[in-house]
Amino acid sequence: MSLDAHVARSLGPLTLEVDLAADDGEVVAVLGPNGAGKSTLFRCLAGLLDLDAGHVRLDGVVLDEPAAGVFVPPERRPVAVVFQDHLLFPNLTALENVAFGLRARGMAKTEARRRAADWLERVGLADHARHRPAGLSGGQAQRVALARALATEPRLLLLDEPLAALDAGTRAQVRRDLRRHLSDTPGVRLLVTHDPVDAYALADRVVIVEGGRVVQAGTLADVTAHPRSRYVADLVGVNLLAGTAADGTLLLPTGGRIITGEHTAGHALAVIEPHAVALYRTPPDGSPRNVWPAAVADIDQRGDRVRVRLDGDVPLVAEITPAGLAALDLRPGDPVWCTVKATEVTVYPA
Amino acid sequence: MGRSRRTQRPPLPVLALAGLAAAFFALPFLGLLRQVPWSHVGSMLTSDGSVRALRLSLTCSLWATGVAVVLGVPLAWVLARVPFRGRGAVRALCTLSMVLPPVVAGVALLAALGRRGLVGRYLDEWFGLTLPFSTVGVVVAQAFVATPFLVLTVESAFRQQDLRYEDAARSLGGLRWYVFRRVTVPAIRPGLIAGAVLAWARALGEFGATITFAGNFPGRTQTMPLAIYLANETNPDEAVVLSVVLVVVSFGVLVALRERYLGGAAGSTT
Repeated sequence: MSLDAHVARSLGPLTLEVDLAADDGEVVAVLGPNGAGKSTLFRCLAGLLDLDAGHVRLDGVVLDEPAAGVFVPPERRPVAVVFQDHLLFPNLTALENVAFGLRARGMAKTEARRRAADWLERVGLADHARHRPAGLSGGQAQRVALARALATEPRLLLLDEPLAALDAGTRAQVRRDLRRHLSDTPGVRLLVTHDPVDAYALADRVVIVEGGRVVQAGTLADVTAHPRSRYVADLVGVNLLAGTAADGTLLLPTGGRIITGEHTAGHALAVIEPHAVALYRTPPDGSPRNVWPAAVADIDQRGDRVRVRLDGDVPLVAEITPAGLAALDLRPGDPVWCTVKATEVTVYPA
Repeated sequence: MGRSRRTQRPPLPVLALAGLAAAFFALPFLGLLRQVPWSHVGSMLTSDGSVRALRLSLTCSLWATGVAVVLGVPLAWVLARVPFRGRGAVRALCTLSMVLPPVVAGVALLAALGRRGLVGRYLDEWFGLTLPFSTVGVVVAQAFVATPFLVLTVESAFRQQDLRYEDAARSLGGLRWYVFRRVTVPAIRPGLIAGAVLAWARALGEFGATITFAGNFPGRTQTMPLAIYLANETNPDEAVVLSVVLVVVSFGVLVALRERYLGGAAGSTT
């Protein structure tokens, strides 16, 4: 492993304790809600925060290990960071910003500028070399920040919410460019994001952090198929229900009962796709084995799909069409019946 | 853009008081101008005494500003960024000379740097260096009372600074001193210029500490304020002319710097 880290750090209310490993050439996304500790993790890896315990090793070199009394300060680590709002130095031109890391390392001015110009060319901003950050668009600033980080040829590149500061219009374009640049760069590349779309587009692997801990790690397909927490399930848009399984039934702590048809025993998780949930005004009479009463909590219409959140012994999100919504004439607070076929319930051990 | 004049009309009492204030500040200068003996201005301005005093004032105040920047910026940085016990006491001590009567500052300087002073005695014994009653003494006196203006302005700028830029610079490989020069100080440039202008203006107008510590020797320690004070006793017309010169120089610098650096005009931030 190129990067091998066990990061333990307390900061205010947060206690971060995360294991992270990545190979040379890998792009790993650290995904998690706000306040999960993603930025703290990055600051620890960059050396902007020191560890309470654990270690950070990169290419076999210890960068931080309190137990061994080792701490390499950020300026001596082969680590570069692209910050969320870019943090380009406002008094320097784009070219000088990109040259900054090279100059800081003692490279002669002309050589540093020549290389910086090459990097600006690579990110397609050769004709913006003399512009100051205030004269750049969000997308351009992002590319300058990327060039500035890459110019130092880091062994570990950290991207903190690289697309969060951009408007929707430029995001897709920048995301595409970013993917190209990331695949061209050697070393380990980590990106922090709260947006699964970015993770899908850019990363080979995701590590999901919640409340300072890794709750799940793996490929995206893996995580999507078997979410292990409510956050992950919401992230990938499925219903996740935890309970105790026995005899083809999952018993929820709320008292709800899901017939699954699968014979798992003990603590288990059930995944139900929102579009597999059907809604009725009156108690239905049909083949689905799962029929539950519920109350409409809220209704969220997005384009040609409506997501209806349901309160009840089996809390669910149902996805229906606007026409379906109109036919049922649902309002928040209304009682409904919902059904799910047992074959639509996927169960796996917790 | 913005709202129309009509919706921004200020409350009447505020207008009245602001007008009174403007009159209070402007009238003395109008009075000064009225008393200028225009027929003698030329000869008075080109007299040896005036030229020497003006030149000495400009030279010493600029040197004092230089000292204030070189010593004041690091001091302000430490006060803003390094937490240590007694920081409040150190800050109070370092800015005391700003609120003391200048003559007290002069007496204190004599006690420290005078020929028999705490440090002055060794300067004299070991290096044959005598600060009081010398031109360097003028610079010392001016820097002593002027530096706190810069320190307080710059400290507040350091405090409001976004520290993440320094994080970015360090993660790019910048050593602390390099980051300080290339990122930290440039970022507070408006505050630094404002502080330097305040310090310079204070140094230019310095009277009490200078006359106490450096004396009143024409050509050596007699700056404009001293020359004006002296002239006022013997030749009031000359005092008026020299005063007008000082007013014009100060006003010119303030206006020029404000337009250029201090963001005086609305929307001039770029």
